[in-house]
Amino acid sequence: MAGKTLYDKLWEMHVVRTEEDGSALLYIDRQLLHEVTSPQAFEGLRLAQRTPWRVDANLAVPDHNVPTTERELGIIDPVARTQVETLDQNADEFGITEFKMGDIRQGIVHVIGPEQGATLPGMTIVCGDSHTSTHGALGALAFGIGTSEVEHVLATQCLVQKKSKSMLVRINGSVGVGVTGKDIVLAVIGKIGTAGGTGYAIEFAGEAIEALSVEGRMTVCNMAIEAGARAGMVAVDQKTIDYVKDRPFAPTAAHWEQAVTAWQELHSDAGATFDTIVELNGADIAPQVTWGTSPEMVVAVSAAVPDPADETDEVKRNGMERALTYMGLEASASIDSIPVDKVFVGSCTNSRIEDLRAAAEVAKGRSKAESVKQVLIVPGSGLIKQQAEQEGLDKIFIEAGFEWRDPGCSMCLAMNADRLEPEERCASTSNRNFESRQGLNSRTHLVSPAMAVAAAVTGHFTDVRELMEGGV
Amino acid sequence: MEKFTQHSGLTLPMDRPNVDTDAIIPKQYLKSVKRAGFGPNLFDDWRYLDPGDPAIDNASRRPNPDFVLNQPQYDGASILIGRENFGCGSSREHAVWALTDYGIRAVIAPSFADIFFNNSFKNGLLPIVLSEDQVEQLFVEETATEVYQIAIDLAAQTVTTPAGASFSFEIDEFRKYRLLNGLDDIGLTLQHQDSVKTYEERRKAEAPWLFA
Repeated sequence: MAGKTLYDKLWEMHVVRTEEDGSALLYIDRQLLHEVTSPQAFEGLRLAQRTPWRVDANLAVPDHNVPTTERELGIIDPVARTQVETLDQNADEFGITEFKMGDIRQGIVHVIGPEQGATLPGMTIVCGDSHTSTHGALGALAFGIGTSEVEHVLATQCLVQKKSKSMLVRINGSVGVGVTGKDIVLAVIGKIGTAGGTGYAIEFAGEAIEALSVEGRMTVCNMAIEAGARAGMVAVDQKTIDYVKDRPFAPTAAHWEQAVTAWQELHSDAGATFDTIVELNGADIAPQVTWGTSPEMVVAVSAAVPDPADETDEVKRNGMERALTYMGLEASASIDSIPVDKVFVGSCTNSRIEDLRAAAEVAKGRSKAESVKQVLIVPGSGLIKQQAEQEGLDKIFIEAGFEWRDPGCSMCLAMNADRLEPEERCASTSNRNFESRQGLNSRTHLVSPAMAVAAAVTGHFTDVRELMEGGV
Repeated sequence: MEKFTQHSGLTLPMDRPNVDTDAIIPKQYLKSVKRAGFGPNLFDDWRYLDPGDPAIDNASRRPNPDFVLNQPQYDGASILIGRENFGCGSSREHAVWALTDYGIRAVIAPSFADIFFNNSFKNGLLPIVLSEDQVEQLFVEETATEVYQIAIDLAAQTVTTPAGASFSFEIDEFRKYRLLNGLDDIGLTLQHQDSVKTYEERRKAEAPWLFA
C-alpha cells in the first residue's frame, strides 16, 4: 500500500464527515482573528443569534491597522481606530482571548501564533488572512479563509472543504552563505509561477529545508500563497519539537510526551505519492530580487531585468511590459544598478528574531546611504522587540540611521500610516509587490532581510554576500 | 444569500492576468466593519486618477476615462470576463463584496485563485472557469460588439453567447445546490452538529492537549 503524505495525514485526522460530492466537513483546531477580516463575521453571528462553538479555540490580535510609533497617542485614523475597537469589543463580548495593543504579546497574527505555542504541529489552523500558510512550517495544515468562513468556523468549529492536490517542492543539497528561506521561496515562485500552486497543498522538503530553522521554514510556508497554494507545510522534526517546547500555549507536562509521540508521525511516508513534484538545487539559488508587480517576476541579484521581447506568450509579454512601465525600469538593466528610496524590514514573512539578527549583522558598523530616505525596522511582536533590545540589535539599527518601530503589519500593506509615496522604490522583506500595495503607485522589490539592509547601506540592490565575511 | 439560477447580462472585460484582490478593493477601504458599500471603490486605483480615501467623496474625484468601469457602454455590466489567476493575493472577502455591491453576478476566467473562488460562492457570486480559448473568444467578440450580452444558466451549467455558441462549465454539486437555493452554509453545517460533537469526543481522547 502506498504511503501517506503529510497532507493526507493532517487531512484525514480532521475529517468530521464526507459529503456525496467528495467535499468534507473539516474540524478546525485553532482560529486566529485580526481586526480587518473579523468584524463582519462577528456581526453575522450576532444577527443569526449564534454563539461561538468553542471559544477557547480562538485567539485574537490587532495587527493590520496598528501604529508602529507613538502608541501612547492611540490610533489617530478614526476609521482604523473603530476597527481595532470593534475587535476588542467582539473579543470581550464573546470571551475570546485577545492580545490588545498595549500587551507585550501583541504582534502580527502569524508571528504570535507560533511564538505563543497557539499553533502546534498536527493542528488545523485558519485565519481570515492568506498568509496563514505560515503556520504549516510546524507540520500543521494552515490556510487562509474569507470572512464568511471565519463566521462559519466561529459558529461550527468546522469548514466545508475539498481536498487539494498535493505538490512536493524539494530543494536538493544545501544553499550557500547569504541565501535564506526568503530566497528559496522566491526562487520556487519564480520557477512555478504565482498560479503554479493553485489547487495544491505544497509540502516543502529536501536538505535545504531541513537545514532551515523553524523560523526560516515559516518564511517559506508564508509565501506558499504567492505561488497560489493555500497551504504550505514542512514535516515535523526535532527542531519543530524543540521550538514548541515550553511556549505558553504548548502542551504541559501531563500531555507533552503523548503530543510529541503523535507529532513524530507528521511526515510523508516513504513511498507516498504526490500529484506533482518540483525540484530545485539549493546550490543554484542566489539572493533573489523581484523586478515586477507579481512575486513570480523575480531574478537573482546578479541578473538583469528581463526583456519582454524575449517572451513568446502575448498575455505574459503584455504583463511584463505593463510591469516595467509601472516599476519605472528598463529591460536589461542590471538589478544591482537599481537605486532604492526606502527600505522596509518587517511583515509576517520576515519580522522574527532571526530576521532581525540577519538584518543587524549586515547593518553593524555601517550606516544608511545618503540617498536612502527611510529605513523601517518593524519587529513582528512585542516579545521579539524586547528580545532584540536585550541583544542590542535596536542600537545597531539606530546607529545605522534606521527607525526602530513597534510591532504590526506596517508597510507590508500600508493600512496604517507607514507607506510609500507615489513612485518611491522600496527594498522590502514583505510578500507582495502588487501595484500600489505599499502606497498608491509605490514600487516594491521583495528581498530577504539581509538583502534589504544591503540595499539600505549601499543605496542600491547589492549582493549581500559581497558585504559578508567570507562572502563571494 | 441571494440565489443564482439564470442570469443574462452585459459583460465587463478586464483584460489582464493576475488581477489581485488589492487591485479589486484597495486596502484603505478595508477599514469598514460592514459588508456593504464597497462597490463605488471597486478597482479604485485603476478607476480614478487621484488617490482614494474613505473620507473623500468619489464625486469630487477624477475618473480615469481609459478604464472600463468609466466607459458608458459598460454601465450596468453584471458579468466580468477576466484572464488567468483572477482574484489572487489577499484573502479579503471585501473583494467579492465590492464586485457584488457594484452589481457583478458572475466572473468568467480561465483560472481563479483558490480563496477568492471560495469566497465568491459564499456571496452568490458565480465564478466560472472556461478554457483559455473560450475566454479569448468572449474577449474578441466583446471587442467587436457594441452591446455584448451573454446568458448563464447554472442548472444547465452553460454560458451562451449572443451568436448562440454554448460553453459548458464544471461546478461541484454541493456548491451548485447551495447557490441554486441560496442556502446558508452555517445552517447546513449545524444540521451535522452531532457528528461534530462525536468527532470532538474522539479527538479529546486521542489528542487531549488540543482541548486543554
